[in-house]
Amino acid sequence: MAAVGERMDRMAGMEEVAGRSLWQAAWGRLLANRAAVVSLFVLGIIAVMALLAPWLSPHPYDEVYWERIQAPPDFANFHWFGTDGNGRDLFVRTLYGARVSLMVGILATGVSLLIGVSYGAIAGYVGGRTDSIMMRIVDIMYSLPFMFFVILLMVLFGRNIFLIFIALGAVEWLTMARIVRGQTLSIKHKEYIEAAHAAGVSNRVIVFRHIVPNVLGPVIVYVTLTVPQVILTESFISFLGLGVQEPLTSWGVLISEGAKQMESAPWMLIFPATFLAITLFCFNFIGDGLRDALDPKDR
Amino acid sequence: MFSYTFRRLLVAIPTMFVIVTVAFFMIRMAPGGPFDLERALPPEIEKNVLRAYNLDQPLWKQYVDYVGGVVQGDFGPSYKYRDFTVAELIGSGFPASFQLGFTAIVIALVFGVGFGSFAALRQNSGLDHAVMAVSMTGIAIPNFVMAPLLTLVFGVYLSLLPVAGWGDGALINKILPITALALPQLAYIARLTRGSMVETLNANFVRTARAKGLRERIVIVRHTLKGAMLPVVSYLGPATAQILTGSVVIETIFDIPGIGRYFVQGALNRDYTLVLGVMITLATLIIVLNLIVDLVYGLLDPKVRYD
Amino acid sequence: MIAETLRAKTGMRWAFACAFTAAVAAFSISGASAESVLRVGNMGEPDTLDPHHVAGVWEDRIVGDMFMGLTTEGPDASAVPGAAESWTVSDNGKVYTFKIRDHSWSDGSPVTAHDFVYSLRRILHPETAAKYASLLYPIKNAEGLNSGKMKGMENLGVRAVDDKTLEVTLIAPTPYFLTQLTHYTAFPVPHKVVEKHGTDWVKKENIVSNGPYMLDEWVPSTHVKLVKNPKFYDAGSVSIDRVTYYPAEDRTAVQKRFRAGEIDIAKDFSSDQIDWLRENLPNQTRISAYLGNYYYPINTTKAPFNDKRVRQALSMAIDRKAITEKVLKTGEIPAYSFVPPGTSNYGTPSYVSWKDDSMVDRTAKAKALLAEAGFGPDKPLEFTLSYNTSENHKRIAIAVSAMWKKIGVKAELFNSEVKVHYNSLQQADFQVARAGWIADYNDPQNFLYLLQSSTGPLNYGQYKNAEFDKFMEQAAVTSDLKVRASLLAKAEAIAMDDQPVMPIYYYVSKNLVADHVKGWVANPRDTQRTRYLSIQK
Repeated sequence: MAAVGERMDRMAGMEEVAGRSLWQAAWGRLLANRAAVVSLFVLGIIAVMALLAPWLSPHPYDEVYWERIQAPPDFANFHWFGTDGNGRDLFVRTLYGARVSLMVGILATGVSLLIGVSYGAIAGYVGGRTDSIMMRIVDIMYSLPFMFFVILLMVLFGRNIFLIFIALGAVEWLTMARIVRGQTLSIKHKEYIEAAHAAGVSNRVIVFRHIVPNVLGPVIVYVTLTVPQVILTESFISFLGLGVQEPLTSWGVLISEGAKQMESAPWMLIFPATFLAITLFCFNFIGDGLRDALDPKDR
Repeated sequence: MFSYTFRRLLVAIPTMFVIVTVAFFMIRMAPGGPFDLERALPPEIEKNVLRAYNLDQPLWKQYVDYVGGVVQGDFGPSYKYRDFTVAELIGSGFPASFQLGFTAIVIALVFGVGFGSFAALRQNSGLDHAVMAVSMTGIAIPNFVMAPLLTLVFGVYLSLLPVAGWGDGALINKILPITALALPQLAYIARLTRGSMVETLNANFVRTARAKGLRERIVIVRHTLKGAMLPVVSYLGPATAQILTGSVVIETIFDIPGIGRYFVQGALNRDYTLVLGVMITLATLIIVLNLIVDLVYGLLDPKVRYD
Repeated sequence: MIAETLRAKTGMRWAFACAFTAAVAAFSISGASAESVLRVGNMGEPDTLDPHHVAGVWEDRIVGDMFMGLTTEGPDASAVPGAAESWTVSDNGKVYTFKIRDHSWSDGSPVTAHDFVYSLRRILHPETAAKYASLLYPIKNAEGLNSGKMKGMENLGVRAVDDKTLEVTLIAPTPYFLTQLTHYTAFPVPHKVVEKHGTDWVKKENIVSNGPYMLDEWVPSTHVKLVKNPKFYDAGSVSIDRVTYYPAEDRTAVQKRFRAGEIDIAKDFSSDQIDWLRENLPNQTRISAYLGNYYYPINTTKAPFNDKRVRQALSMAIDRKAITEKVLKTGEIPAYSFVPPGTSNYGTPSYVSWKDDSMVDRTAKAKALLAEAGFGPDKPLEFTLSYNTSENHKRIAIAVSAMWKKIGVKAELFNSEVKVHYNSLQQADFQVARAGWIADYNDPQNFLYLLQSSTGPLNYGQYKNAEFDKFMEQAAVTSDLKVRASLLAKAEAIAMDDQPVMPIYYYVSKNLVADHVKGWVANPRDTQRTRYLSIQK
C-alpha cells in the first residue's frame, strides 16, 4: 500500500504543480540518456541536411543529366550517392526525400497517436456498450479496403499533401487504439484509479491524467514502430497517385525503385535505405529514452 | 465468459452487415469499372457486357441482390476471372495464404517473444542492443526489399531454394515466402515484448513477488511475461487477420496462389465481387481474432472484466 | 466459424509437420523426366480460357496453343492454313469459301463447318457479351447483330455449305481478313460441348480443343498446364509434350526465375535491367520490333491545345532518340509517325516534316511556335502530364518534362492507377497524357482509326479533322490495296501535321529465351506458338 500511497501523492502533486516542472524533469531525465541524446543529435543533423539540401550539393533535385544515367557514386561530378534511372543526383534526392518522409512519418504518426490513444483510453475506461460500439467501429475500419479509401480521397479532394496524413493516420490509429484499450482495461481497476474515481475526480481528468500516462510505455514503443510503417506505406499511396509526385520524392519511393535494381544499381537502394534505417534507430532510442523519462514507476 | 462470447457473436452480424454495406458503396464510387479496359469497348459491346453481369441495374438493386446472395453463401461471379466464381477463387487461394501466414505468425510469435524477453531481462546490455538492432533492421527493411533479396541470395546465387513458384505446395517453395513474411512480424513482436517486459519488470507486483523470495523464473513466467503480453496480444489480433489473408507483395514476387493479390489486384481491376469476397474473409478473421484477443486479456490479467 | 477452426487445425498440423519433413522434402524436388516440358513466365493470370472472352496477349499464348482458327500462325506468325486447308476468294474480294481440313477435336469428334458457324454466331451474339467481338465487324451484318439493332443470328454472313465447306461474306474487301482469322476471336469452339455445359464448358473435365495442345490443369494464380493433343492433325511434328504457363507478374522476379533455370521463356523483362542482361545473358535476351506505338495524346478540345502550333512545339521538343537510347536502352525505335514502319498493306508511313531536323533546330522552331501562340518567358505554358503508374512511364514522363523545360514549358506530372488514368482519358478529362497501342491486326487502319472522329472514347484527344475522316472513309471502301494505302498515307500525313498525338517510340518485344529452346523466330506480332518450338539440352 505504501507504493500506492506514494503514487497517489505524486498524482495529486501533478494536479497542483504546474505541468511545466513535470515536463522539465522528464526533459532532464531524457538528456541524461546518452543513446537518446545521440539519436536526437543525429536526427537533427538529418533534418538540417534535408532543409539545407539545395546548398549541400551543386545539383538541383530535378535536373536530368543525360550523360550520367544510373551512374554509380562519382566524386568527380559530385554525385556522392550516384544517380537514378533518369540521371538525377541521388544525394540531393535522398535529402529531398527526407523532407517528405520525416514530415509524413512524424505528422501521420502524430495523428494516429492522438486519435488512437484518446479513442482507446476512452473505450477502455468507459467500457460497457460504449466500448463495444467503439471497438466494433475499429473492426469495421480494419476490414474496409484501404485502397478504395485512398482512391476516393483523391477523387473527392484532388491531390493534396495533407490527404496523405489523413489517409495514413486513418489506418494507423486502429492498432494503437486496440493496444491502449487493452492496457486501459488492465489498469482501470487498479487502486489508484478507483481511488481517484472515489475522490470525485472527473472522468476526463482520470482518462487523460491518470490512465494515459500509465499506458505510455507500450504506446511509445508502438509509435516507434508506426513511423517506419508510415514512411513505407507512403510509397504505396504514391503508386495510387495520392502521395508525393515526381519530380519530388520520398524515401519510400526511392527504396521501392532501388529494390528493383538491387543487383544492377545497388546504390539506388543502399543510400536511401541506410538513411531510413538510421532514422528508425534514432526514433527507437529516443522512444526508449522518452519512455524512461516519462514513466512514473521507473526511478 | 460464455455469455460474453455469445453476445459478441451476435453483434458480429450487424457489424458484418455494416462492413459489407459501406464497402459495397465505397468501392462503387471509385472511378472506372470492371470492364473499362485500356482499350474502351465500343458502346454497344459495353452494354452487352454490363447487361450480362447485371451491372446495368440501379445500384440499390445490385446491392440488394448482392447481400441476398451473400446471405445464401453466393459471393457472385468474378468480373475478371470469368471461369471461376469468387467462392472458388477464395476457396483455392485461402489455404495457401493461411498456411504461409499461420506458419509465419507462429514463428514470429515464438522467436519474437523469446528475443524480446531475452533482451528485456538483460536490459541495456550489449546483447539487448544487438537483439534490438537486428529487430529494427527487420522493421527497416520492407518486404518488397526483403523478398527479392532473399530470392537473389538463396535462389540465384546459392541455388539452394526455388526462386519462386508454388510447386504444388512443396515445403521447399514455402521457406522463403514464410521467412519474408515472418521477419517483420518477428521484429514487431520482439520490440513490443521487450518494451512492456521492461516496464512490468519494474512494476510493483513483480518487485513484491521477488521480495517474497519466489524463484526468479516463476516470477518471470507467471507474472512478468503474462503481464507483458497484453500489448503483444492487442497487436496480434489484427496483425494475424491481415497476415492470414495474404500479402500481395509476397504472393506476386513468389507467384503464390494466395488471396492477398486478389485483394489488391481485384481493387485495381475493379473486380467488385472479388474484392468484397476477400474483404468478407478478412472481416470475419478480424472479428473472430479480436474476440479471441479480448478473451485472452481475461486469461492474462484477471483484473480485466467482461461487462 | 467451423471452417476457420478446421483450417486452423490444418495449418497447425502443417506447421508441426514442417520440422520433421524438412529434410525429406528437400530431396523431393521433381527430377528430370523424359518428357519435354516448356515452362513459360507468362506475365499475367488468364481471365478465362474461353477464346471468345479472351482479351489479353498472355491469354492468347495459352488459347492459341489449344485452338486453331481457319488460318493460323506459322513459325514467324504469318497466316498459314489452319483448320481450313484451302480457300477461294470471289472476284469482288467479299466472299471467302473455305475448305475445312479433315481433323478432329481432342475428344475425337470431327471439326466441321457447322462448328465455325456456331462459333461466329456465338461470339457475335449480344448475350455472349464478348469484349472483342468488334474485330469481326468486317463480316456482313456482324455489327448490327452484335449491337442488337438487327435480330436473328442466321442473318450473319457466314454459312456452312456442307460439313466441310464454309462461306464467309464480308461488307467490304478487307485485305487483312485472312490474318485476322488467326486471331482468337475467330477460333472455333466445340458446338456440342458448349451447348451441353454452358459457361462450364471451359472447365478441365469438359473442355475439348482442336489445336496442338489441350488443357491439363489450371490452378488459379499458380499455373496453367497444357498437354499435347494426340488428335491434333499434325501431332507428329509437335515436339514439346507439355507446356506450363506461370502467371509470373513481377518482372524482376521472373528474371531471377529465368536465371535460376526455373523457366525457359520469360515473356518480358524490365528495361532498367537491360545493361545487366546485355552483359550477362547476351544470347538469351531477345529484342525485336513489335507492332505498337507509345504516344502522348493531346486533348485538342481544350485551350491552349486546340492551337496546332502548341501541339507541334511540344512534339518537336521531345528528343526521342535520347529517350530510346538513354532512358529505355532496349532497342525501341524513335517514332515520328503514328503507324509503325513495316506495317502490312502500307508503304513508308507519313512522317512528321521535321523528322530529320537536328534537335537544336527543332528546339528553336518549337520556341518560335510557342511564341507565335502567345507563350514565352513572361507567360510560360503550364499544364499537367498524366500517366498511369509504372516505372517506365514515370521515367519517360520525367525525361520529357525535362526536355520541355528547355523550351520554357512547365509540365506537372500526375500519376494514377491504370483504371483512373484510362477513365479520365476516355472522358477527355486530361491535358496531355500517356497512352499506347498494340495492333490487333497487321494493318495501318488499326492505328489510324484511333484518330477518326467517329471512333469515340478511344480517340482520347477528341481529334476531329474533316479531311482526315474523309480519307479514312474512302480507304474503308477501296479494294485496290495500292490506292487504299495511299489514301491512308494521306490521312496520316494530315494527322502528323496536326499532331493530336505525339508519337514517342515504336514498341519492341522483349523476351528471355533459354539456349535450349529451339525454333524461336522473332516476329512483329511477338507470337511463337509452342508447336514449332523444341527443347534440346
